[in-house]
Amino acid sequence: MALFELKNVNRHFEIRPGLVSRVLHRHPTRWIKAVEALNLTLEEDEVLGIAGESGCGKSTTCMMIAGLAPPTAGEIHYRGKRVDNLEGEALRRHRRHVQMIFQDPYESLNPRFRVFDIVAEGPRAMALWPERGIGTRVADILFAVGLEPGKYNARFPHELSGGERQRVGIASALVMEPETVIADEPLSMLDVSIRAGILDLLRGLAQERHFSCIYVSHDLSILGNIADRLLVMYLGQAVEIGPLKQVIRAPKHPYTRALIGAVPVPDPRYRRPIPRISGDIARPIDPPPGCRFAPRCPYADASCRKTFLGLDTSDPLHHQAACHRLEQITDDDI
Amino acid sequence: MRGVGEHYRIIHANRLSRIGFWIIVGFLTVAVFAPWIAPHGPWEMLFVDGRIASLRPPSWAFPVGTTHLGYDLFSQLVLATRTTVIIGGVSGLISILIGANIGLIAGYYGGKIDEILMRFTDILYGMPFLPFIIVLIALFGRKLEYVILAIVLIIWRTSARVIRAQTISIRQRQFITAAKARGCSDLRIIYRHILPNVLPLLLLYASFNIAWSIITEASASFLGFGDGETISWGGMLYELWLSGKTRVAWWWFAAPSICIVLLVTSLVFVSRAYEEVANPRLRKR
Repeated sequence: MALFELKNVNRHFEIRPGLVSRVLHRHPTRWIKAVEALNLTLEEDEVLGIAGESGCGKSTTCMMIAGLAPPTAGEIHYRGKRVDNLEGEALRRHRRHVQMIFQDPYESLNPRFRVFDIVAEGPRAMALWPERGIGTRVADILFAVGLEPGKYNARFPHELSGGERQRVGIASALVMEPETVIADEPLSMLDVSIRAGILDLLRGLAQERHFSCIYVSHDLSILGNIADRLLVMYLGQAVEIGPLKQVIRAPKHPYTRALIGAVPVPDPRYRRPIPRISGDIARPIDPPPGCRFAPRCPYADASCRKTFLGLDTSDPLHHQAACHRLEQITDDDI
Repeated sequence: MRGVGEHYRIIHANRLSRIGFWIIVGFLTVAVFAPWIAPHGPWEMLFVDGRIASLRPPSWAFPVGTTHLGYDLFSQLVLATRTTVIIGGVSGLISILIGANIGLIAGYYGGKIDEILMRFTDILYGMPFLPFIIVLIALFGRKLEYVILAIVLIIWRTSARVIRAQTISIRQRQFITAAKARGCSDLRIIYRHILPNVLPLLLLYASFNIAWSIITEASASFLGFGDGETISWGGMLYELWLSGKTRVAWWWFAAPSICIVLLVTSLVFVSRAYEEVANPRLRKR
């Protein structure tokens, strides 16, 4: 059984104009559709990569799976149990199973806590183990992320480097012994020289401690290193999903093809074909129905603007794209 | 989170707050040992050569002079210090406790709770400060407890607003989301994660509240709404006013006034040290 299953999940934000403009100018309430009609499964012990540009709904998806923001429509199941409507104590208990590693290690650690207390905070808040047990587990996990407990326990976050901070962030997520770890661009704020170390660490820990991982990034080369499956999102819609190698080597959706075509190739003589997509990414405010990539897509026709094809998640290994016009796309143009 | 040593360091980093700190320590010492320091009772009529020692200017026998009824002003001053410290300390601390909790809860939960608590605070802002306290004391009665209660009821409003604003800005930071994701309850987030981050501001407003309580008590007492049974600096000024000797007995007027100004200024100096911690941009460049 899948660990997580998202069924037709939506997350919409309301933009309510002020009372005056509502009454006098009759401005209607508008909606930001951050995530729309998302179907997704997460299997045990797999690393699912989510790729997409800023504002495509990656982070919102993470927050929904982590139980930090409820979906406005649709259902989220965890081990077959519905969890999107949990509240209060039950929600707090559920959060233990799915832990987040945050993007900004300078912002995600409480500046007034020492390293030991940061890592011990989750187990203490949930009273997972007696204080002594928490102490040994914190020491174990700090050691596992490459921080010597004796040396780092009493330090404050401002006494650490960016890489060390992110290791503390990883430790404070993993000490909860979660079954799912969501890493929301954990490397993007770090120096390029230390990214590889953190990435290796995360991959090693995932194998060692048997958690499944959702790894979010806009950097396909990082995802290519860590993910088993890849989900590509565009403006709140899932456009393509499949095993990593298939998506990277044989992308189906026009957007994925453009995205993969944009990955830098370290060969100075290589001239990349210019993707035939046009325009800029739109804002997801009151989007028209249908495929949101349609206005920029060279293959789009009337059917694309009318309906959006959701992804079918019954077979996680099935490589598929949410596109009406797959047959019309030929390999020689991107 | 911060040890006592660190607070000592914060206060001593700034010259003015260092001076203020020691003046406060001086007043506290006087307050604690007041009955042993004061040579006479507050309302003990003193005689020199069989005649009332009325309106004596400062001298070796009466360091701060005497009142028209022959009371020793030095003793009054020392005993009044205790009253002032009790009123300032108790109402300052209770008011910061109320203000901090209302600010933290309104700022953290937002929405309706915030709306209700803040509109309530706004109503208190609509109250004129001194008249409100005078009416309350007139209603309750002129007793020390009621004076404290009246001061507390109104003085927490500013600290609540400021703490709320700070809480809102901290609530949006990622480490609060992280705490939530780790399974912390709301109360745990408020008191364990947010509170230490508003602490410098809290201490700043605690000393403001103490200073304001002292001024308010002095004003109310001066207007005759203090506790008649307990001697206080404002009460001393009230007696001076009643005696009609304001133009003659400068020492009677000067002594309690200097004490009020000295203690309140010291509190403001100490609060400046915390202001620098709460708002690093104020630091010397």
